[in-house]
Amino acid sequence: MRAGGVLSDAPEVTSEAARATTGADARVTTSPLVRKSGGAVSDRIAAYLIRGCACLAIVSLVLIFVFIGKEALPVFTSGEVRQEAGMTRLFLPAAEKPAFAWQPVSEPPRYSLLPLLLGTLKVTLIAVVVAIPLAVAAALFTSEFAPPWLREIIKPAIELLAGIPSVVIGFFCLMVVAGWLQQAFGWTFRLNAVTAGSGLSLAVIPIVYTMAEDAFTAVPRAFREGSLAMGASRWQTAWRIVLPASSAGLLAACVLGFGRAIGETMIVLMASGNAAVLSLSPADSVRTFSATIAAELGEVVVGSSHYHVLFFIGAFLFVLTFLTNLAGHWWIGRLQRRLQGAS
Amino acid sequence: MARTAVTILAACGLVALAGCGQPTSGTRPSGGGRARTVTIKGSDTMVILCQRWAEIYMHHNPGVTVQVTGGGSGTGIAALINGGTDICAASRPMKDKEKEQIKARHGKDTTEIPVALDGLTVYVNDANGVEQLTRLELAAIYQCRITDWKDVGGAPGRIVCYGRENSSGTYQYFKEHVLQNKDFATEVQSLPGTAAIINAVLKDKSAIGYGGKGYETKGVKELRVSTKAGEPGTLPSLDNVLTGAYPLSRKLFFYTAGEPAGEAKAFIEWVLGEEGQKVCEQVGYYPMPRK
Repeated sequence: MRAGGVLSDAPEVTSEAARATTGADARVTTSPLVRKSGGAVSDRIAAYLIRGCACLAIVSLVLIFVFIGKEALPVFTSGEVRQEAGMTRLFLPAAEKPAFAWQPVSEPPRYSLLPLLLGTLKVTLIAVVVAIPLAVAAALFTSEFAPPWLREIIKPAIELLAGIPSVVIGFFCLMVVAGWLQQAFGWTFRLNAVTAGSGLSLAVIPIVYTMAEDAFTAVPRAFREGSLAMGASRWQTAWRIVLPASSAGLLAACVLGFGRAIGETMIVLMASGNAAVLSLSPADSVRTFSATIAAELGEVVVGSSHYHVLFFIGAFLFVLTFLTNLAGHWWIGRLQRRLQGAS
Repeated sequence: MARTAVTILAACGLVALAGCGQPTSGTRPSGGGRARTVTIKGSDTMVILCQRWAEIYMHHNPGVTVQVTGGGSGTGIAALINGGTDICAASRPMKDKEKEQIKARHGKDTTEIPVALDGLTVYVNDANGVEQLTRLELAAIYQCRITDWKDVGGAPGRIVCYGRENSSGTYQYFKEHVLQNKDFATEVQSLPGTAAIINAVLKDKSAIGYGGKGYETKGVKELRVSTKAGEPGTLPSLDNVLTGAYPLSRKLFFYTAGEPAGEAKAFIEWVLGEEGQKVCEQVGYYPMPRK
């Protein structure tokens, strides 16, 4: 290999790297890049640039959190805000009726977060319960059973679903799906948790599908061949070998899907009805955290307790998804270790 | 690797500290160089209208800045008393006590300028047999004290209430004038925009909603509204809104301390002129009657 020449010339490095990632002889081509080059300035600059790009993601994440946290902090520190929206008023039942009410423009304002929390969890749960089985089953079908030509149709079609703007999905739910579901189930309220949840599942399906499909494809061929050689049917192979072997990837797909569902705003804003009722029934209207922020932050008085409570909700959502992701990663790691131990 | 991590964290910390050092409220203009600025503060209902006026006015007069802030009529009036705004936008007439405060503070009489008319309309589905409601019935429906259409003369069925988000001026007006400032029931569904409410009412036979007059379409029906039981209700037509026969009709005002002067005067004159009044209808209100 003409290692020195490649390394002293930045454009060629990138073209080599590009070929390395796509080409079959990846290992051979990248090896000079991995080796210590010793002095090529452009190479070092490129390395710093790439490192900088990676760090930028972390820095912006931290900055976003610092900003949200700073605006949410008065809920704990400012006496004025705490009087109207302290922790007791946010989470514990009030003396007036109804005990839990989200009425930020009332006199005095009432900021109970429980109806919103319950609403958020209700919609997210419905979306995830609808989306995950559908998406995983579709991925299993395309990777294990579908003939190649069918797979070439299904895969892009589902992935195209991710390209639909969420406001379009929300509008579709508001106009069409709500009517269908109401006719089918005879609900009093057109816009409810199920309407919003089913719309949300349309946004979650492509994410879970793509991740699950990748996870299935990543299962070594030897596993399948071994299973088939032992006399197992294709169905048995898919169900008993491929599915368990890709469990870590599937879990990652679910965690990502959950994160998308809990943070999605436009679909729930349009299709959930946004009434902050404390009820477990899926046929009641719900108001979610994200929809509340979207609907109210635009015209709230900056610096008011309402403003700080909205940021507190933002921080709360952030922490919630962060913890879910953390737990997901921990579990994925455990699954991977167990699988590696077994094989 | 560890050194890199420390560098990143330090950088984050520095930027965060720098961010904390800044004052939180950045709404006031910092540069004093621009003399030709008009500030409008007040009614949330009028924010959209004022913003549209401001946009078009600034387009015609590139050197002028018109700043529009909401916060509610009360906030705007307080700002006018404290001298924090040139023009106060209010969706209710100013009280005598407030006018006295301005007189005491600034030694000037308050000028009241009605700039637009508004007729808030109550919509139901075309299939609904109910034709009119009293204001008290409307309040009871939106507080879930009446939950069945048969109690207000319709076919039996649960009433599904649609309303606006609490950041909306229409929400505020309805709360003030129909609910007498009491809270909406938590069961009232809030939709993003009057168009969404109209659509919901269109699809839902048991629905009731409220919104601007301009949103009326096929399939929804305007309700007649009366002040007292037994009185004939009226529709929010231009005439009924003009004469005040429609109970949910109101004037939208601009207030200034003393006679408007300078750039504010020019802006108000433009608003009351042909082009400014045309904007009222685009936004969903009625223009002031021509004298």
